[in-house]
Amino acid sequence: MSAKTKQEHNANAVIAIEHLSKAFGSLKVLNDLSLNLFPEENLVVLGKSGSGKSVLIKLIVGLLKADKGSIKVFDQDVTTLKRDELDVLRQKIGFLFQSAALYDSMSVRQNMAFPLERIRKDLDEKQRTEKIMEVLESVGLADAVDKMPSELSGGMRKRIGLARTIVVDPIIMLYDEPTTGLDPSTSDEISQLILDVQKKYKTASIIITHDIACARIVANRLLMIQDGTVYKEGILKDFETSDDKIIQSFFKSI
Amino acid sequence: MQERVNKKLSSIGDKILHWRDSVNDGLLNTGQVVLFLGNIFRESFTRHFEFREFLYQCYKIGYKSLPLISLTGAIMGLVLTIQSRPVMIEFGAVSMLPGMVSVSLIREMGPVITALICAGKVGSGIGAELGSMRVTEQIDAMEVSSVNPIRFLVVTRVWAATLMIPLLVLYADAMGILGSWAGTNIKGDVSFTLFCAQAFGILEFIDFVPALIKTFFFGAVIGLVGCYKGYHAGRGTESVGLAANSAVVVASLLVIVVDMIAVQITDMFTT
Repeated sequence: MSAKTKQEHNANAVIAIEHLSKAFGSLKVLNDLSLNLFPEENLVVLGKSGSGKSVLIKLIVGLLKADKGSIKVFDQDVTTLKRDELDVLRQKIGFLFQSAALYDSMSVRQNMAFPLERIRKDLDEKQRTEKIMEVLESVGLADAVDKMPSELSGGMRKRIGLARTIVVDPIIMLYDEPTTGLDPSTSDEISQLILDVQKKYKTASIIITHDIACARIVANRLLMIQDGTVYKEGILKDFETSDDKIIQSFFKSI
Repeated sequence: MQERVNKKLSSIGDKILHWRDSVNDGLLNTGQVVLFLGNIFRESFTRHFEFREFLYQCYKIGYKSLPLISLTGAIMGLVLTIQSRPVMIEFGAVSMLPGMVSVSLIREMGPVITALICAGKVGSGIGAELGSMRVTEQIDAMEVSSVNPIRFLVVTRVWAATLMIPLLVLYADAMGILGSWAGTNIKGDVSFTLFCAQAFGILEFIDFVPALIKTFFFGAVIGLVGCYKGYHAGRGTESVGLAANSAVVVASLLVIVVDMIAVQITDMFTT
């Protein structure tokens, strides 16, 4: 790819991160990391525990402040946005937490309605209910609408967490270890769901994981973080055929 | 000799570094508290006030505390009456017992004991709830959903506590006077009308208003401390317990401090 074509290609990126650094005290977590996320692609970010994968997506959504570098989401630099501007930008981003982070004191219906009432103010009560049921059906849990989070299994919580995220029609999805703590069968179901969301809602996604089975199902492109920076970037085949010991150990560990 | 001097200097250096770290931590915490209070103040007066959540918190803090406050209020009045009765008889002032109990209850015991009970029940509840929401990333989830957690979680709870604690204190005072009437009738026979006439006849404006005003501050302190401790809880599950525990300890201590300041201020205007 020529430099000009590459520049044009990068200009399409929905997320463009350049020279990002983040440290907690003396511990450098991210060090001069750069990456792009393009429309409707699933980018899987791999790396060992503690390599800064989760920190990366928390920086993208403004939950943490970067020390250096820029994070442009739809050409808006998250590092320089004011609170109100960041809130508007966040309406286009969905974030599925590792623990699903369902609000314990609310039923599934209330969990779903919570962001919907505040972001999609154009919808009336009936339209909101229809939207909630439609999204719950798409994750296969319409029956759980009046259940409390404590009544749900780990897999169900992840599905509801995903449903709560996609109910406001985000353009970008950030998944923080979506299959961690689930059995292989449920993990595959969640991975398939991530793929369905990408197809149905045309989302661009960053999936943080160290679950290679999940990566195999969902990835359009992969990126490995090592020592706080991008160690390797490419498609699944590039990783599977790599002679690099670190990458091999990662892919052989399954 | 040189070695001893070096050791001494090194020990002094360590102490200075330790002292510097303590000062830094102190300044950081103070800054965090100021920022937190500033955010609450700013978010209290926006047009996006979460009124439904505020009403729900009023219900939780106010209505749900009624059984506990009823019991403690009534026992407070009963015990105060039974304990004071022998002394009042000794001084030949038993007819002043209802008045003395009502002044004690309304001026001091009702507000302070109710506030301390609420620091335990409400303060720890808020601290534990927000602490567990922090640990399980629910506060982060709220933030990424474009909902300001300070506005939704903190402002509603602080205002609900500020407004509900004074109401609970008034209710506890009423229950205390009822308890006192019951206590009077254990060894005597006083009608409720006569008891009320004796209890309220002695009360003046200055007994009632400063005591009521300080309860708003008690409520604010309980709400603020509970929210601050819970909102800034650490990441582990242990932090939830710590948040709840320190919310109770700090809120109780601040209630006593606020009471002391309120008494001094009232005293300035009455003497």
